[in-house]
Amino acid sequence: MTDISKDQVRHVAHLARLAVSEEEVEVMTKQLGDIIHYAELLNELDTTGVEPTTHVLDLKNVMRKDEPRKWITREDALKNAPDHQAGQFKVPAILE
Amino acid sequence: MTLFDYTLDELQKKLHNKELTVTELVQASYDRIDAVEDEVKSFLTLDKDRALEKAKQLDENMPEKTNPLYGIPAGIKDNIVTKGLRTTCASQFLSNFDDPLYDATVMEKLNKEEAVVIGKLNMDEFAMGSTTENSGYYDTRNPWNTDYVPGGSSGGSAAAVAAGEVFYSLGSDTGGSIRQPASFCGVVGLKPTYGLVSRFGLVAFASSLDQIGPLTRTVEDNAYVLQAIAGHDKMDSTSANVDIPNYHDALKEGVKGLKIAVPKEYLSSQEGIQPEVREKVEAALEVFKSLGATVEEVSLPHSKYAVAAYYLLASSEASANLARFDGIRYGKRAEGAENLIDLFKKSRSEGFGDEVKRRIMLGTFALSSGYYDAYYKKAQQARTLIKQDFDKVFETFDVIIGPTSPTPAYKVGEKIDDPLTMYADDVLTIPVNLAGVPGLSLPCGFSKEHHLPIGLQIIGKHFDEKTIYRAAYAYEQATEHHKERPNLGGAK
Repeated sequence: MTDISKDQVRHVAHLARLAVSEEEVEVMTKQLGDIIHYAELLNELDTTGVEPTTHVLDLKNVMRKDEPRKWITREDALKNAPDHQAGQFKVPAILE
Repeated sequence: MTLFDYTLDELQKKLHNKELTVTELVQASYDRIDAVEDEVKSFLTLDKDRALEKAKQLDENMPEKTNPLYGIPAGIKDNIVTKGLRTTCASQFLSNFDDPLYDATVMEKLNKEEAVVIGKLNMDEFAMGSTTENSGYYDTRNPWNTDYVPGGSSGGSAAAVAAGEVFYSLGSDTGGSIRQPASFCGVVGLKPTYGLVSRFGLVAFASSLDQIGPLTRTVEDNAYVLQAIAGHDKMDSTSANVDIPNYHDALKEGVKGLKIAVPKEYLSSQEGIQPEVREKVEAALEVFKSLGATVEEVSLPHSKYAVAAYYLLASSEASANLARFDGIRYGKRAEGAENLIDLFKKSRSEGFGDEVKRRIMLGTFALSSGYYDAYYKKAQQARTLIKQDFDKVFETFDVIIGPTSPTPAYKVGEKIDDPLTMYADDVLTIPVNLAGVPGLSLPCGFSKEHHLPIGLQIIGKHFDEKTIYRAAYAYEQATEHHKERPNLGGAK
């Protein structure tokens, strides 16, 4: 049985780019722990030699020619953006 | 009798006989919405001006021959992208996504059929949930009794059809999200074979499981809507390049000699199947027998692992798919972020609701270094075993029949604080998504105490929706359940 610690929850939240309050860490530690314990039901299964299924259809890579085609304009692309400037999405500074 | 008692075929006849105009039909939808929407709350966004404008055009340019969806009012689940019409996935994150730039492929197809979109339907946020209580806006209620949940995640899609607000709707189904609300609201809902309907423009939850499908009053109407939306799409590389049969032609072939398998796990009290649900399904099987089908018990031995495998796989895929919501290109951005990472974190924490965060966390955990093999890969292997269970049964049988959900609808608030119990209720629908096969729910009776609908699930082979429809139609025509209407807004 894997127990999940509060530190793990904080780490996973960081990986998932979620800000969590201490109260949320508390709740999530319990809930994630419960779900993971339940999921360990799968350990009953002998899966030696069983191929993992990523996809149900037997599809191969679907290729197409790399050709330019009409899609949306720059103006359209910026239409739903929370902040933009000079034809670009605007974000906080990423360089010191 | 109201307009909403007519089938698509009957409505087309009325349009051609000039007994009815498209404008009247569309207006009837909005009138009904005005009358019952306060109680049901199926819709997140209405598109009345454009719908009435389109109705006018369709009235003026009506061709001599029309297809079954011509001018018929439809509702669309809010995770299907509609050009120029707000698309929120019932998330506050997308509350300002007012002007989507393109139509999903299914919308292009419906537009080609001259369907009229009435509005966008409520759902659990990003399709994560089984009651529509996870909507970031408000709950949708069950039209049969508004103290009860409509199911989810396509709760708005099922409730709007059951309440007679639209004639059909589109939903999406990742682990039961079309079939379970169809069961709770007493309508017909199909999850097509994975790959039959393009996912282009469906906001992705779990890409290897998601499918768009129709919710309707009758099996025949359902076949018509599927006919309109099925087919290969080069914009979706997982869309299958298969021939699409004429579904309507198959309806009346009957079920004589049809081989029905009934998994013993699907009627077992161990899986929480209520005795009343079991009784209704057994009664339905007797109807099939009387129509000439054969019924045999089989086993899907890995069923009990499906829920665990599903929540690991679907959450893992969701954690990757929902990484795109970052507050930069569209959607809401949090105020006061100090740097880029902070901007991501703040926007995502404010934008997503609790259940979505829970699943992103679970998925991120299952995919994280050190846990990948133990959880994610193990779940993929379990998926293989579950799929093989179905393959084996379908070597001998034409369809698999069981309940759609272990219980009828439950009360609003009853299970929302207990994620695991709620997940466990998907035990009968999830295996179908994991195997990628099609499944349909249709009404097979009502609960004694509260008169809430109970759903029968018919599962078919890959790309054999035809046989599902054939069985469903035969059963529907032999029974009266689909003729009942909820008591709502004063009139039935």
